[in-house]
Amino acid sequence: MRTPIAFFLVVSALLFTIGTVGVLVRRNALVIFMSIELQLNAVNLTLIAFSRQLGEVNGQVLAFFSMVVAAAEVVVGLAIIVAIFRRRVSANVDDINLLRW
Amino acid sequence: MPIETPDLVLAPILPELILSGVAMLILLVDAARPSRGGRAMALLAAAGILAAAAVVIRQWQVPAADELTALGGMVAVDRFALFFRLVILACALLSVLLGAHYLERTGEGRGEYHALLLFAAAGMTLLAAAADLIVVFLALEVLSLSLYVLAGFSWRRLASQEASLKYFLLGAFSSAFFLYGIALAYGAAGTTSLAGIADALSGPGTSMALALAAGGLLLVGFSFKVAAVPFHMWTPDVYQGAPSPVTGFMAAGTKVAGFAALIRVTTVALGPVSWELLPAVVGVSALTMVVGSILAIAQDDVKRVLAYSSIAHAGFVLVGVAAANQEGVSGSMFYLVAYAAMILGAFAVVIAVSRTGEGRTSLRSYRGLARRNPVLGALLALFLLSLAGIPPTAGFIAKVLVFEAAVRAGLSGLVVVAVLASVVAAFFYIRLIVLAYMEDPEETERVPAEPAPGLALGVTAAVTLLLGILPGLLLDPLERAGVLRW
Repeated sequence: MRTPIAFFLVVSALLFTIGTVGVLVRRNALVIFMSIELQLNAVNLTLIAFSRQLGEVNGQVLAFFSMVVAAAEVVVGLAIIVAIFRRRVSANVDDINLLRW
Repeated sequence: MPIETPDLVLAPILPELILSGVAMLILLVDAARPSRGGRAMALLAAAGILAAAAVVIRQWQVPAADELTALGGMVAVDRFALFFRLVILACALLSVLLGAHYLERTGEGRGEYHALLLFAAAGMTLLAAAADLIVVFLALEVLSLSLYVLAGFSWRRLASQEASLKYFLLGAFSSAFFLYGIALAYGAAGTTSLAGIADALSGPGTSMALALAAGGLLLVGFSFKVAAVPFHMWTPDVYQGAPSPVTGFMAAGTKVAGFAALIRVTTVALGPVSWELLPAVVGVSALTMVVGSILAIAQDDVKRVLAYSSIAHAGFVLVGVAAANQEGVSGSMFYLVAYAAMILGAFAVVIAVSRTGEGRTSLRSYRGLARRNPVLGALLALFLLSLAGIPPTAGFIAKVLVFEAAVRAGLSGLVVVAVLASVVAAFFYIRLIVLAYMEDPEETERVPAEPAPGLALGVTAAVTLLLGILPGLLLDPLERAGVLRW
């Protein structure tokens, strides 16, 4: 039996929400970053579910693109976090408070 | 099953190919001869930008093609794209100039700056030409990833690192929303091409709930990139922490490219649901103008003042976008050109006053500036008056154009808010002018005149004044570029 698309969409919306909440409540830069990755993967699930539903390949192609972009983001993001950690010995975003209004 | 291969005509993305090719060349040369550093790389970067600009101008002169898109519907080949490309390339050229000067002073004259700047510029120009949500997403990421690194370019300075991290985390967060919007749009329309989405949305049998959710999420993603309230939190911190030439480039280039894509996506793809999305655009626009203008008053650092001013200006451009008519589109385009010239000019003044690195950015350092260097003081006053929207400057004409378009579209309420916000904004611009002209300077030493910022200041001041006095110079090409067909 074919799983209805709504199942996939609900799971992916849940994952996206967990990621969003993670970004908003966690304080460690690495965990925030992992939450963002969770969001991106939730979107990939949506894309692939729609792609299967529509019987069309564009969504899967877009999922590949988003994985590549996520990988590039990891490279840049980890480099920035490591550079900060070296100077401050902390990855807690509450300690990063030089710039305030 | 045989795979259908599309005809590969690379001419429509030739400017991007040149930019990224030169960027990679710079990385190679820089790796081979790291000691050469600054100047030579800056010249190479400038040559690359000029070559790309020459291609764009050549394509502008060729009469508009019948085909609206190329490369399998991925890239638009209209004059709208060419126009924005040229504006972005001009911003990039000025930023190369300012960056070379700035980095020479701070002793960070490494070639990566120019390579990253070219990659970012390539992303921006591609964003202006994107005719498919996949390309919009990729271009957005190319420009963002380069800018995350550029914001942290002075990595020895903690503030620069911090700016980089904040920009990165919030930028990646917003990209996730944007991508979710693309996924939902794909689900609603069954395609990611902007024209295809418009067709699907105007036809029967499309889920309106999905389409509206997609439209909303795309707006959230764009609002982050162009720094519209309530997604502006990163702007002041990043603008203050990043090296000044990078901030100038971000403020001008990202906003121009982001709005180019925003205008194309809202008028082409989301055209059929524009009536439903209008309240959201109007709300964001009003909030952005009011919050940006009011919070700017409380700042005591000139880069933060300019950051809030750039937030407020995003709101004014959104007035033109909300109008969603022909005048609104070309008004926003005029506004973006004027804004890019005056904000780059303002940051060139900041660089000249700082002299080395990020010193002297507090408002105190601007006391009596006109006495320490009359020309610099006059230019600062010119840019601030233009940002405030006072004639005879480009900022005034730009505001008139978008307000007129909005009134014609029946958005008089929004225009009233916009005018009130400009009055509030005028307060802190004029306060800065009063500081520069009427107070006694803290240091009596003259601010030296220097060639690189001087040249950038000359160009931006000329554009700001010329567009204010002879707006027809730009309105003419806009008549041909401001038409979005699909």
